[in-house]
Amino acid sequence: MQDGATGIGASVKRVEDKRFLTGKGRYTDDINRPGQVHAYILRSPHAHATIKGMNKAAAEAAPGVIAVFNGEDMEVGSLPCGWQVNNKDGSPMHEPGHPPLARGKVRHVGDQVAVIIAETLEQAKDASDLLAVEYQTHEASIHMDKALGGGPLVHDEIGTNLCYDWEIGDEAEVDKVFAGAAHVTEIDIVNNRLIPNAMEPRAAVGEYDRSDDRYTLYTTSQNPHVIRLLMGAFVLSIPEHKLRVVAPDVGGGFGSKIYHYAEEAIVTWAAPKVGRPIKWTAERSESFISDAHGRDHISHAKMAMDKDGKFLGLKVATKANMGAYLSTFAPCVPTYLYATLLAGVYTTPVIYCNVKAVFTHTVPVDAYRGAGRPEATYLLERLVAKCARETGISQTDIRRKNFIPADAFPYQTPVALQYDSGDYITTLDAAEKAHDVAGFPARKAASEAKGKRRGIGYSTYLEACGIAPSAVVGSLGARAGLYESAEVRVHPTGSVTVFTGSHSHGQGHETTFAQLVSEKLGVPYDAIEISHGDTDKVQFGMGTYGSRSLAVGGVAIDKALDKVIAKAKKIAAHMMEASDEDLEFKDGKFTVAGTDRELSFGEVALSAYVPHNFPHEELEPGLDEKAFYDPLNFTYPGGCHIAEVEVDPETGVVTMERMTAVDDVGRVVNPMIVAGQIHGGLAQGIGQALLEGCVYDDSGQLLTGSYMDYTMPRADNLPSFGVGTESTMCTHNSLGVKGCGEVGAIGSPPAVINALVDALWDVGVRDMPMPATPQTVWNVINSAGTAAAAE
Amino acid sequence: MPTVSMTVNGKKVSGEVEGRTLLVQFLRENLRLTGTHVGCDTSQCGACVVHLNGDSVKSCTMLAAQADGAEVTTIEGLADGETLHPMQEAFREHHGLQCGFCTPGMVMSAVDLVKKNPKASEAEIREWLEGNICRCTGYHNIVKAIQHAQTTMSA
Amino acid sequence: MYDFAYHKPSSVSDAVAALQGAEDGTVIAGGMTLIPTMKQRLAQPSDLIDLSGIGDLKGISVSGGTVTIGAMTTHAAVANSPDVQKAIPALAHLAGHIGDAQVRNRGTIGGSIANNDPTACYPSACLALGATIKTDSREIPAEEFFDGMFSTALEEGEMVVAVSFPVPEKAAYIKFPNPASRYALVGVFVAKTADGVRVAVTGAGEGGVYRASELEGPLSSNFSADAIKDVKLSADGLNSDIHASSAYRAHLVGVMARRAVEAANA
Repeated sequence: MQDGATGIGASVKRVEDKRFLTGKGRYTDDINRPGQVHAYILRSPHAHATIKGMNKAAAEAAPGVIAVFNGEDMEVGSLPCGWQVNNKDGSPMHEPGHPPLARGKVRHVGDQVAVIIAETLEQAKDASDLLAVEYQTHEASIHMDKALGGGPLVHDEIGTNLCYDWEIGDEAEVDKVFAGAAHVTEIDIVNNRLIPNAMEPRAAVGEYDRSDDRYTLYTTSQNPHVIRLLMGAFVLSIPEHKLRVVAPDVGGGFGSKIYHYAEEAIVTWAAPKVGRPIKWTAERSESFISDAHGRDHISHAKMAMDKDGKFLGLKVATKANMGAYLSTFAPCVPTYLYATLLAGVYTTPVIYCNVKAVFTHTVPVDAYRGAGRPEATYLLERLVAKCARETGISQTDIRRKNFIPADAFPYQTPVALQYDSGDYITTLDAAEKAHDVAGFPARKAASEAKGKRRGIGYSTYLEACGIAPSAVVGSLGARAGLYESAEVRVHPTGSVTVFTGSHSHGQGHETTFAQLVSEKLGVPYDAIEISHGDTDKVQFGMGTYGSRSLAVGGVAIDKALDKVIAKAKKIAAHMMEASDEDLEFKDGKFTVAGTDRELSFGEVALSAYVPHNFPHEELEPGLDEKAFYDPLNFTYPGGCHIAEVEVDPETGVVTMERMTAVDDVGRVVNPMIVAGQIHGGLAQGIGQALLEGCVYDDSGQLLTGSYMDYTMPRADNLPSFGVGTESTMCTHNSLGVKGCGEVGAIGSPPAVINALVDALWDVGVRDMPMPATPQTVWNVINSAGTAAAAE
Repeated sequence: MPTVSMTVNGKKVSGEVEGRTLLVQFLRENLRLTGTHVGCDTSQCGACVVHLNGDSVKSCTMLAAQADGAEVTTIEGLADGETLHPMQEAFREHHGLQCGFCTPGMVMSAVDLVKKNPKASEAEIREWLEGNICRCTGYHNIVKAIQHAQTTMSA
Repeated sequence: MYDFAYHKPSSVSDAVAALQGAEDGTVIAGGMTLIPTMKQRLAQPSDLIDLSGIGDLKGISVSGGTVTIGAMTTHAAVANSPDVQKAIPALAHLAGHIGDAQVRNRGTIGGSIANNDPTACYPSACLALGATIKTDSREIPAEEFFDGMFSTALEEGEMVVAVSFPVPEKAAYIKFPNPASRYALVGVFVAKTADGVRVAVTGAGEGGVYRASELEGPLSSNFSADAIKDVKLSADGLNSDIHASSAYRAHLVGVMARRAVEAANA
């Protein structure tokens, strides 16, 4: 790639950086509207209680207070769930209501009870002390076993805490395979609950303009159009043409900013009531008890093998925590984004999985970076590592033996998905080389000489992303299509604005998408602007999650660019008095084949808007094209992650010594940005494996409710990473791209835990829960020692 | 209400505040310098780091009144006109930021590090960043950017 | 945060007068613990007396085998002081690992010890080195100053003005940080002084900082890690939370003590 190149494959420096580096970013909390007042949300201190009464008078009379509203005041629709999952018997899941402000009962610590609106935030908080709420508290169902084992009901009206009981595969057929297997390996897996913790806390500013009866909501969202649809149509009954949702610069999302949250509805609903714009911004301790959490699965899995270690069948039973209410995407995470991934990169011919989704008196759980796929990958890669140990086959041989071969694509798995491309041996080989696996024994010996233990762990994973195919997700229960839209507007002087339905909250779309345009139109990079995040500007959008921005949003832009070129060709043909079939467009120039006649893209753009002699019946003025792209299939990134850890057996402290990731993410548009996405994913994966875990006590109090107790990965917890890509092209989109946003978080946790088990294998350790904190590791080493002594 | 006066990014400013007004609130709300961010309420994330009389501090953990008479530099005051500070340039060059939210505090902290320990090792850089949490980058490129700035800031 | 009246006196006597004149006043030094506590609305002082305007409270002096540190001296100033680094390197090391860089630029020794957070580092140095805490009205031996979790011998209206540390023969401090907060889950300060060996433990005890006499005995006769390698420490009276059970803390006290002795001897 030449210096200064700005097309596909160039590590172009990011357009957005200058504003972020100089303090000129514009995040939701930076927005101040004229006359703005502040909202403070009073939240439930109890996990399960009946609201017996509320006396608002003293709070309403407090200095600066404008209004106090509770659930009885706010009679609006329920916060909707976007996906439906059916039970084994075909009946639909239970879908209890979710009022933005609690009515009658509170169901988790942090549940919204009332909103106090005052001139200043401090006044609203001062008044919250005067808001007397009388609660009758009840015992809570915090842990899934208790919730399913006769514990108190989260929603009395549905009579059960079982949201759904879903399955995929033929259980009888799988049982038959197990009956005839030479060897069966079993494992119990807990996928720890996590708190996403985007660094920008959620915020919302609601505004109502009585002159045109229009609402505006500024919000920290990954998908403003989806919020407009859900809040407008289901909660507040505001028609979409009267509702504008703006998601300006957003400081990270990782899934947690996909969902429609109560606070968005509260500030929008209350704005006309108080006649002033209203701002709400979460404090971090509020984020902990109101942002959707992630993961939280308990599973048992077993693999049937033949005598040579070939996988014959997989059977999995999973319980998935939904929390107290169904968040927007929640039901699909442990089903369509999880069980369909259980084939992984292997040829396992039959698979059965049963998933029980459970209501508990905890914060709702929904998609968090990877969403379902990290849970599937962790289960499978821990199980495969155990299969290798039990059969005496090496960690790499058992994988190679069971990989889907590179010539077997397209490959239909037994769990609904059809993979389009991949080459798992190449990524494994490349990762082993990059990691210097050959040097591991020497490094291990050096660690042991210091009294430490060292281990290496593998994860060869695959994920399904580019979340879209409407036909597929519709058949799976999605209540909306998951296409993406784009508009490419060429201006008279040849500069270009792209309006995309994707939303950037750190991914660098303003850079990567401009590269697509520069590559295809030959327009100088600095003459391209990417516009996103405003429902008044962008025609429609499904937003950014599931590593879909480039694979769906980018391809929509590519389609719109094709339409622009086709239209521009017609104009150029007219200008050069040639047939458009004789025209070629290359490097920003239209040429007539076999002649020296040529026009630049800019000349054609100008002509489009100065159409003095256009044959208007055949050729409309203007150069502005829209496209919707609905892919045929998911995309399937995959790869190999290798972790190397050192353990201090005296204290249980684990040090990440090396982390290598070689991923197949399809075509790479901006290698610098792709590497950055993978680094971030790895940090979150290592965080899940070693540091992060959400702990509730039995009464439902969150014990990890701030950074004092919830361990965020910090710079000194992590090594420099070795990342690389070895790509096969996606075969069903025009760019060949797959997606890179989640691979790091999906592939890495089992590699880390497998490395830790490897490090401690010789002291008798056979399993290790996440997060493997020093205390946990020390306890595991001790009990392994005790068990060994007892043998 | 106390009146506070200080020099922010080279300009003398003053304003009436409550005793309880934090420095970060004074910067963001009174002066509309919204580059300094608030990412936590336990003084750990470092999104709010500014320089106070040349040292990096967490502006969410001091009162505006405590900064009376001080010289404060925020992210908005770091560049020399249109020319980015070498640390800002290094973050851009090495993709040391993604969502940008932790970035102002991260950059201000990193500038203080390089001033105080110009030859910090990778381990020392990582240790210094204990008070700055980033959720996007995994710190890999932040460390690279700071290492790069060690050379450009001394040049 | 609840509102309060803010005062910035320029002398110790003015500060004491303001404190004694307030209905429910408190002094603020660096504010690294007080401000977060007030932000969470867990403290509601009527008056806040800011000590940062009192020049007399800042500074470090070494004389006659004693290091004296003014109450308003920041952790960064202690960590970077060539005098402290030379006289009691363990104390400079301790100060250089409190909180993070920004906390060290604001947090002060006086604030740390007056707060007596059971996970703070400084109290262990005071106790192990046999420091003397000087207040506006008297001198208190460290042994008598720390009086249980978040509690000290300070009377209403009394404030710390300086801390004096006798220079030991050898000393070291090793902290095992809480993985999340980075406060001391267990911190052990060992000191070999003319008066014998003292081992002070922070982070672990239910009552805050304490001396580990089970370790001091063997170390007094043989100041080596080997001397305490077989000492089994009881978990009784130690904290237990999600990060560390009392048994794990007891174990860590032993490990950190051995490592501290090794560091002191290095």
